[in-house]
Amino acid sequence: MAASVAATGLLYRRLNHVGAGAVKTAPLTGLKASSTDASSGFHVTDPATSLQDITHYNNFYEFSTDKEGVADAAAHFDTSGWTVTVGGLVKNPRVFTQAELLQLSPPEERIYRMRCVEGWSMVIPWAGYSLSKLLDVVQPQPEAKYVAFETLLDSKRMPGQRGEVLDWPYIEGLRLDEAMHPLTLLASGLYGRALPPQDGAPLRLVVPWKYGFKGIKSIVKINLVADQPRTTWSAAAPREYGFYANVNPQVDHPRWSQATEQRIGESGRRPTLPFNGYADQVASLYQGMDLRLNF
Amino acid sequence: MKENDLRFARLLVLVNPAVPAVLLAWDAWRHQLGANPVNFALLTTGMMALICLLLTLLVTPLRKLSGWNWIIFSRRTFGLYAFFYALAHFLIFFTLDRSFSVSGTLSEMVKRKYLIVGSVGLLVMAPLAITSTNAMIKRLGGKRWRALHRLAYVAGIAGVVHYYMQTKADTRLPLIFGAVLLLLLGYRVVVSLRQPKTAPAAPARA
Repeated sequence: MAASVAATGLLYRRLNHVGAGAVKTAPLTGLKASSTDASSGFHVTDPATSLQDITHYNNFYEFSTDKEGVADAAAHFDTSGWTVTVGGLVKNPRVFTQAELLQLSPPEERIYRMRCVEGWSMVIPWAGYSLSKLLDVVQPQPEAKYVAFETLLDSKRMPGQRGEVLDWPYIEGLRLDEAMHPLTLLASGLYGRALPPQDGAPLRLVVPWKYGFKGIKSIVKINLVADQPRTTWSAAAPREYGFYANVNPQVDHPRWSQATEQRIGESGRRPTLPFNGYADQVASLYQGMDLRLNF
Repeated sequence: MKENDLRFARLLVLVNPAVPAVLLAWDAWRHQLGANPVNFALLTTGMMALICLLLTLLVTPLRKLSGWNWIIFSRRTFGLYAFFYALAHFLIFFTLDRSFSVSGTLSEMVKRKYLIVGSVGLLVMAPLAITSTNAMIKRLGGKRWRALHRLAYVAGIAGVVHYYMQTKADTRLPLIFGAVLLLLLGYRVVVSLRQPKTAPAAPARA
């Protein structure tokens, strides 16, 4: 009897991660507080989500399709010797080491809302600098209209890539003006420490007015291109995920309500804001566009 | 089968499906359901409803193939567990996700078809739960009761389709549930095709 009860208990997954999930990455040096001017959108005033929840509830299919299983699956991900190749339609193509990228510009703390397409949201204190700083160094050519990003492809280090749930490597993209927007962040830190593996170490993109899947993780390649890149989720399910993927409570998704969201750590759902609350900063980028068609 | 063994088997079937519900309640009480407690509770209750439903549908084929007639007792227990887990699943959605809003629940259902499919599964299980007592079997008569309880097949299909439809990309688990369901329903199709139509007294099918 006891054995069978225990066996049924195993069917039920205990989470109980509290305490076990301390993030062991190194503290960031020289972290600047960025402008607290509300008009920049750099610092939202909503209370930040706990580090425990941020690091133990997220999507990173390269490690696991289980949001609560990513942290364990990514725990031993080795990012030593990491490089990022920046090329395509640029004047100065270049391979950057991780150290070179970190030194390019001092990290700033940016407290952003994060809205997942699945209908949940967080408030996350990232550290990093605007992607425009990197693009200024490589200097896009006039023909460059889009930026394409690519995640590491290595199924030995990223076990989720052994399955075919998505077409690997993960690819994301932005229009060049979106990529140059000051809110678009190249993040290397979280809560004042280096980015933990499960959240996209060593370097990831954060675009706070777009659904979370646009924030590509563990980037190895950045290419300036003339045509809109074929991005992973929009290729996997074109009717569900668009290229733009701007947070929009007016455009519904067949699986999840986009009108409201479950803020992690709160009870009950709260209304979702157009452009995730960053309309003042970014709405002008989309003037004259039908956002229902370009979802 | 000794009387004592049967009593023990009854106890196993009665206690075990309740274990996840007890752990869920205990973890909810201690705020240990993870970052998204409502989602976790929805997932657990939905999964348990499906597992219990498939166990319900497993009893008859297993009994026929193995000759263990005594296991028939477990069908009602599993079926009732399936219904109560599905009901809990719906109530968690209605109260904690939709904040008791009837209009919010209905408008959500209209937009997301998998919610309609899931509701069909729950609704067809309701009459089965109500008519699950011995007195009701007697009142309806064996033949009508068996016909009514074939709705369990509809519930199984609705449950698996509901699970598959709401899955974002990793469909392995819903497909495994689907394969098991196909096997269990396929068995019944094969049996009914093999049976001579003129047989005067058809043996119990369910």
